Amino acid sequence: MPVNPDSAGRRYRLTEPYLVNRQKLREFASAVGAKAPACFDVAAARALGYADLVAAPTFAVVIAQAAEREYVADPTAGIDFARVVHAEQSFHHHRPIVAGDQISAELTVVSVAERAGLAMVTTRTDLSDAAGQPVSAVTSTLAVRLGAGG
Amino acid sequence: MSAPAGPATAIGPFELRVTRGDLVRYAGASGDFNPIHYSDDAARAVDLPGVIAHGMLTMGLVIQPLIDWAGGDPGAVLAYDVRFARPLAVPDGAAVELTVAARAAAPEPGRMTVNLTVTSAGQKLLGKAQAVLDPSRIPSGRR
Repeated sequence: MPVNPDSAGRRYRLTEPYLVNRQKLREFASAVGAKAPACFDVAAARALGYADLVAAPTFAVVIAQAAEREYVADPTAGIDFARVVHAEQSFHHHRPIVAGDQISAELTVVSVAERAGLAMVTTRTDLSDAAGQPVSAVTSTLAVRLGAGG
Repeated sequence: MSAPAGPATAIGPFELRVTRGDLVRYAGASGDFNPIHYSDDAARAVDLPGVIAHGMLTMGLVIQPLIDWAGGDPGAVLAYDVRFARPLAVPDGAAVELTVAARAAAPEPGRMTVNLTVTSAGQKLLGKAQAVLDPSRIPSGRR
Protein backbone atom coordinates (compact mmCIF):
# COMPACT_ATOMS: atom_id res chain seq x y z
CA MET A 1 0.00 0.00 0.00
CA PRO A 2 1.63 3.27 -1.04
CA VAL A 3 1.82 6.25 1.24
CA ASN A 4 -0.52 8.90 -0.07
CA PRO A 5 1.54 11.93 -1.16
CA ASP A 6 -1.64 14.02 -1.17
CA SER A 7 -1.81 13.84 2.62
CA ALA A 8 0.76 16.66 2.88
CA GLY A 9 -0.90 19.71 4.37
CA ARG A 10 -3.57 17.75 6.21
CA ARG A 11 -4.20 18.44 9.87
CA TYR A 12 -5.31 16.09 12.60
CA ARG A 13 -6.35 17.06 16.12
CA LEU A 14 -6.68 15.13 19.33
CA THR A 15 -10.38 14.69 19.94
CA GLU A 16 -10.00 15.97 23.51
CA PRO A 17 -7.16 17.62 25.44
CA TYR A 18 -4.57 15.34 27.02
CA LEU A 19 -4.74 15.62 30.82
CA VAL A 20 -1.20 15.38 32.19
CA ASN A 21 -1.09 13.61 35.55
CA ARG A 22 1.64 12.85 38.07
CA GLN A 23 1.38 9.09 37.75
CA LYS A 24 1.90 9.13 33.98
CA LEU A 25 4.81 11.55 34.26
CA ARG A 26 6.49 9.29 36.84
CA GLU A 27 5.83 6.18 34.75
CA PHE A 28 7.33 7.82 31.67
CA ALA A 29 10.28 9.26 33.58
CA SER A 30 11.07 5.81 34.98
CA ALA A 31 10.83 4.26 31.51
CA VAL A 32 13.47 6.65 30.12
CA GLY A 33 15.78 6.26 33.11
CA ALA A 34 15.24 9.75 34.51
CA LYS A 35 16.85 10.42 37.87
CA ALA A 36 15.93 14.09 38.32
CA PRO A 37 13.88 14.45 41.53
CA ALA A 38 11.66 17.08 39.85
CA CYS A 39 10.26 14.26 37.67
CA PHE A 40 9.11 12.27 40.70
CA ASP A 41 8.77 14.48 43.76
CA VAL A 42 6.34 17.41 43.82
CA ALA A 43 8.30 19.29 46.49
CA ALA A 44 11.48 18.98 44.41
CA ALA A 45 9.66 20.31 41.35
CA ARG A 46 8.24 23.24 43.33
CA ALA A 47 11.69 24.01 44.71
CA LEU A 48 12.75 24.61 41.09
CA GLY A 49 9.84 26.99 40.60
CA TYR A 50 7.41 24.66 38.82
CA ALA A 51 3.73 24.33 39.70
CA ASP A 52 3.96 20.53 39.84
CA LEU A 53 5.97 17.53 38.60
CA VAL A 54 8.00 18.29 35.48
CA ALA A 55 7.84 16.05 32.42
CA ALA A 56 10.96 14.47 30.97
CA PRO A 57 11.88 16.47 27.83
CA THR A 58 10.72 13.73 25.45
CA PHE A 59 7.35 13.20 27.16
CA ALA A 60 5.76 15.56 24.63
CA VAL A 61 6.05 12.73 22.11
CA VAL A 62 3.40 10.76 23.98
CA ILE A 63 0.86 13.46 23.19
CA ALA A 64 2.22 14.04 19.68
CA GLN A 65 2.06 10.33 18.89
CA ALA A 66 -1.55 10.23 20.05
CA ALA A 67 -2.27 12.84 17.37
CA GLU A 68 -0.08 10.88 14.95
CA ARG A 69 -2.24 7.81 15.49
CA GLU A 70 -5.20 9.79 14.17
CA TYR A 71 -3.22 10.33 10.97
CA VAL A 72 -1.89 6.76 10.70
CA ALA A 73 -5.39 5.38 11.35
CA ASP A 74 -6.78 7.40 8.44
CA PRO A 75 -7.16 4.76 5.72
CA THR A 76 -6.57 7.36 3.03
CA ALA A 77 -3.09 8.14 4.46
CA GLY A 78 -1.81 4.73 3.33
CA ILE A 79 0.60 4.16 6.22
CA ASP A 80 1.28 0.58 7.39
CA PHE A 81 2.33 1.07 11.02
CA ALA A 82 4.31 -2.20 11.13
CA ARG A 83 6.55 -0.88 8.32
CA VAL A 84 7.33 2.40 10.07
CA VAL A 85 10.74 3.19 11.52
CA HIS A 86 11.67 6.47 13.08
CA ALA A 87 14.14 8.60 11.10
CA GLU A 88 14.30 11.98 12.84
CA GLN A 89 12.77 13.64 15.86
CA SER A 90 12.92 17.09 17.34
CA PHE A 91 11.41 19.00 20.24
CA HIS A 92 11.27 22.74 20.68
CA HIS A 93 9.84 23.57 24.06
CA HIS A 94 8.30 26.94 24.85
CA ARG A 95 7.99 25.73 28.42
CA PRO A 96 8.18 22.34 30.17
CA ILE A 97 5.02 20.27 30.50
CA VAL A 98 3.94 19.92 34.13
CA ALA A 99 1.35 17.75 35.88
CA GLY A 100 -2.07 19.37 35.72
CA ASP A 101 -1.61 20.68 32.19
CA GLN A 102 -4.42 20.18 29.69
CA ILE A 103 -2.65 19.88 26.38
CA SER A 104 -4.25 20.24 22.97
CA ALA A 105 -2.41 18.90 19.95
CA GLU A 106 -2.68 19.68 16.28
CA LEU A 107 -0.65 17.64 13.81
CA THR A 108 0.23 18.97 10.38
CA VAL A 109 1.56 16.65 7.69
CA VAL A 110 4.54 18.71 6.53
CA SER A 111 5.75 16.54 3.66
CA VAL A 112 5.59 13.10 2.09
CA ALA A 113 8.53 12.15 -0.14
CA GLU A 114 9.66 8.84 -1.62
CA ARG A 115 13.29 7.88 -1.93
CA ALA A 116 15.11 4.55 -2.26
CA GLY A 117 12.19 2.33 -1.34
CA LEU A 118 11.17 4.48 1.60
CA ALA A 119 8.42 7.01 2.05
CA MET A 120 9.65 9.79 4.31
CA VAL A 121 6.73 11.33 6.17
CA THR A 122 7.37 14.47 8.20
CA THR A 123 4.81 15.77 10.65
CA ARG A 124 4.81 18.67 13.08
CA THR A 125 2.57 18.58 16.13
CA ASP A 126 1.95 21.84 17.94
CA LEU A 127 1.05 21.44 21.60
CA SER A 128 -0.74 24.20 23.46
CA ASP A 129 -2.16 24.60 26.94
CA ALA A 130 -5.66 25.34 28.22
CA ALA A 131 -5.01 29.07 27.80
CA GLY A 132 -4.11 28.50 24.16
CA GLN A 133 -0.44 29.32 24.78
CA PRO A 134 2.17 27.28 22.87
CA VAL A 135 3.95 24.59 24.90
CA SER A 136 6.00 22.55 22.43
CA ALA A 137 6.54 21.90 18.75
CA VAL A 138 7.25 18.23 18.09
CA THR A 139 8.59 17.35 14.64
CA SER A 140 8.88 13.76 13.51
CA THR A 141 10.09 12.09 10.33
CA LEU A 142 8.97 8.51 9.82
CA ALA A 143 10.46 6.20 7.21
CA VAL A 144 7.85 3.81 5.85
CA ARG A 145 9.42 0.78 4.16
CA LEU A 146 7.69 0.16 0.87
CA GLY A 147 8.55 -3.56 0.67
CA ALA A 148 6.76 -5.49 -2.08
CA GLY A 149 3.68 -7.37 -1.03
CA GLY A 150 4.09 -6.43 2.64
CA MET B 1 25.89 38.73 28.86
CA SER B 2 29.62 38.47 29.39
CA ALA B 3 29.97 34.70 29.62
CA PRO B 4 33.62 33.83 29.06
CA ALA B 5 34.20 32.30 25.64
CA GLY B 6 35.74 29.20 27.15
CA PRO B 7 36.60 26.02 25.32
CA ALA B 8 34.07 23.26 24.72
CA THR B 9 33.41 21.15 27.80
CA ALA B 10 33.59 17.36 27.55
CA ILE B 11 30.80 15.61 29.49
CA GLY B 12 30.81 11.89 30.24
CA PRO B 13 31.13 9.31 28.86
CA PHE B 14 28.19 7.57 30.50
CA GLU B 15 27.26 3.91 30.14
CA LEU B 16 23.60 2.83 29.83
CA ARG B 17 22.03 -0.60 29.45
CA VAL B 18 18.88 -1.55 27.54
CA THR B 19 16.96 -4.81 27.88
CA ARG B 20 13.76 -6.26 26.41
CA GLY B 21 12.12 -5.41 29.70
CA ASP B 22 13.00 -1.75 29.14
CA LEU B 23 11.27 -1.88 25.74
CA VAL B 24 8.12 -3.35 27.28
CA ARG B 25 8.14 -0.70 29.98
CA TYR B 26 8.62 2.08 27.41
CA ALA B 27 5.82 0.68 25.23
CA GLY B 28 3.43 0.88 28.16
CA ALA B 29 4.60 4.27 29.35
CA SER B 30 4.49 5.85 25.89
CA GLY B 31 1.57 4.03 24.29
CA ASP B 32 3.76 3.00 21.33
CA PHE B 33 2.79 -0.65 20.82
CA ASN B 34 4.34 -1.19 17.40
CA PRO B 35 4.99 -4.98 17.44
CA ILE B 36 8.52 -4.53 16.03
CA HIS B 37 9.41 -3.48 19.60
CA TYR B 38 8.32 -6.76 21.23
CA SER B 39 7.91 -9.48 18.59
CA ASP B 40 10.87 -10.95 16.68
CA ASP B 41 8.44 -12.41 14.14
CA ALA B 42 6.84 -9.02 13.50
CA ALA B 43 10.27 -7.38 13.21
CA ARG B 44 11.60 -9.99 10.76
CA ALA B 45 8.43 -9.72 8.68
CA VAL B 46 9.50 -6.15 7.84
CA ASP B 47 13.14 -7.11 7.24
CA LEU B 48 14.56 -6.06 10.60
CA PRO B 49 17.06 -8.38 12.30
CA GLY B 50 14.76 -8.84 15.29
CA VAL B 51 13.16 -6.69 17.95
CA ILE B 52 14.52 -3.14 17.95
CA ALA B 53 14.30 -0.46 20.60
CA HIS B 54 11.89 2.41 20.10
CA GLY B 55 13.94 5.27 18.71
CA MET B 56 12.17 7.40 21.28
CA LEU B 57 13.41 5.15 24.06
CA THR B 58 17.00 5.71 22.94
CA MET B 59 16.37 9.45 22.58
CA GLY B 60 14.71 9.62 25.98
CA LEU B 61 17.43 7.62 27.73
CA VAL B 62 20.52 9.37 26.42
CA ILE B 63 19.46 12.88 27.46
CA GLN B 64 19.13 11.87 31.11
CA PRO B 65 22.84 11.85 32.02
CA LEU B 66 23.08 15.33 30.51
CA ILE B 67 20.17 16.59 32.62
CA ASP B 68 21.82 15.15 35.72
CA TRP B 69 25.17 16.70 34.79
CA ALA B 70 23.45 20.06 34.26
CA GLY B 71 21.96 20.11 37.76
CA GLY B 72 18.82 17.99 37.45
CA ASP B 73 16.26 20.43 36.01
CA PRO B 74 14.45 18.68 33.11
CA GLY B 75 13.00 22.06 32.14
CA ALA B 76 16.49 23.24 31.21
CA VAL B 77 16.13 21.41 27.88
CA LEU B 78 14.81 24.01 25.44
CA ALA B 79 15.30 21.95 22.29
CA TYR B 80 16.43 18.46 21.42
CA ASP B 81 16.96 17.07 17.92
CA VAL B 82 18.16 13.67 16.77
CA ARG B 83 18.56 11.74 13.55
CA PHE B 84 18.39 7.97 13.96
CA ALA B 85 21.28 6.41 12.05
CA ARG B 86 20.58 2.73 12.66
CA PRO B 87 18.15 0.62 14.64
CA LEU B 88 19.23 -0.76 18.01
CA ALA B 89 18.57 -4.50 18.06
CA VAL B 90 17.79 -5.75 21.57
CA PRO B 91 18.02 -9.55 21.80
CA ASP B 92 16.04 -11.53 24.35
CA GLY B 93 17.93 -12.32 27.52
CA ALA B 94 20.85 -9.93 27.13
CA ALA B 95 21.47 -6.27 27.92
CA VAL B 96 22.69 -3.98 25.15
CA GLU B 97 25.19 -1.34 26.22
CA LEU B 98 25.09 2.26 25.07
CA THR B 99 27.81 4.85 25.53
CA VAL B 100 26.89 8.53 25.68
CA ALA B 101 29.51 11.25 25.38
CA ALA B 102 28.69 14.93 25.14
CA ARG B 103 30.42 18.21 24.33
CA ALA B 104 28.98 21.49 25.48
CA ALA B 105 29.86 24.56 23.50
CA ALA B 106 30.66 27.73 25.41
CA PRO B 107 27.34 29.27 26.49
CA GLU B 108 25.80 32.02 24.40
CA PRO B 109 23.25 34.42 25.83
CA GLY B 110 20.21 32.32 26.69
CA ARG B 111 21.43 29.05 25.27
CA MET B 112 24.05 26.37 25.70
CA THR B 113 24.36 23.89 22.84
CA VAL B 114 25.41 20.32 23.61
CA ASN B 115 26.21 17.67 21.00
CA LEU B 116 25.80 14.05 22.04
CA THR B 117 27.61 11.05 20.58
CA VAL B 118 25.77 7.79 21.20
CA THR B 119 27.37 4.47 20.29
CA SER B 120 26.63 0.80 20.83
CA ALA B 121 29.18 -1.91 20.02
CA GLY B 122 31.35 0.80 18.50
CA GLN B 123 28.72 1.99 16.02
CA LYS B 124 27.00 5.35 16.07
CA LEU B 125 23.29 5.04 16.77
CA LEU B 126 22.45 8.67 16.15
CA GLY B 127 23.60 10.64 13.13
CA LYS B 128 22.94 13.89 14.94
CA ALA B 129 21.94 14.49 18.52
CA GLN B 130 21.87 18.03 19.78
CA ALA B 131 20.30 19.60 22.83
CA VAL B 132 19.94 23.28 23.63
CA LEU B 133 19.93 24.04 27.35
CA ASP B 134 18.76 27.15 29.17
CA PRO B 135 21.81 28.46 31.09
CA SER B 136 19.56 30.20 33.60
CA ARG B 137 18.37 26.76 34.73
CA ILE B 138 21.87 25.32 35.15
CA PRO B 139 23.97 25.87 38.31
CA SER B 140 26.74 28.36 37.71
CA GLY B 141 29.48 25.77 38.17
CA ARG B 142 28.30 23.99 35.02
CA ARG B 143 28.06 26.92 32.61
